[in-house]
Amino acid sequence: MFSLILLAVMAVIILALCLNIWSLLRGPAVADRLLALDTMYINSIALLLVYGVYASSQLYFEAALLIAMLGFVSTVAVCKFLLRGDIIE
Amino acid sequence: MTTLEWLISGLLCVGALFVLLGSVALLKLPDFYTRLHGPTKATTLGLGSLVLASMVFFNLQLETLSLQQLLIALFLFISAPVTAHMLIKVAMHHKLKHHHTTQGVDKLPAD
Repeated sequence: MFSLILLAVMAVIILALCLNIWSLLRGPAVADRLLALDTMYINSIALLLVYGVYASSQLYFEAALLIAMLGFVSTVAVCKFLLRGDIIE
Repeated sequence: MTTLEWLISGLLCVGALFVLLGSVALLKLPDFYTRLHGPTKATTLGLGSLVLASMVFFNLQLETLSLQQLLIALFLFISAPVTAHMLIKVAMHHKLKHHHTTQGVDKLPAD
């Protein structure tokens, strides 16, 4: 029963990821695509967290933390590039 | 199912619902300024709930001490507003089109 609920939660998060891919492809502006990519990062962290509970393993949190940090840094870097035309001035 | 498992399931369902809500908002809202609200608020709240669920699972159900989840939640709660601020700065810089009912566009700086 509990693992079934976990699978259902994972299915909902995967549905959210598919909607994100749709809005990533639709755009229309670069900022919209960037926002969709950032949301995809957060949703993949959510998926990893739920999978960690499903597998009863703490290994996945390290990966989730890594995705969180890299996602934040890359989003800020692309924002900086769009704002200034350069990342480190 | 034990009471603890019901609690974890409830937190997981709330989290998944809010994460889905954020993605639907990203898809359905009319312009970028409104679209930014969904992922930055609903998705962050949903992820907080999921993190809480996994913390309850590992610390109370399996009785192992794990604080990495707290680190993830803390980091995301700090980084989400910063990301939103950068994205809205990009949108204002590029002067993106706005829906006619969007409030506050008259406060955008002129050229």
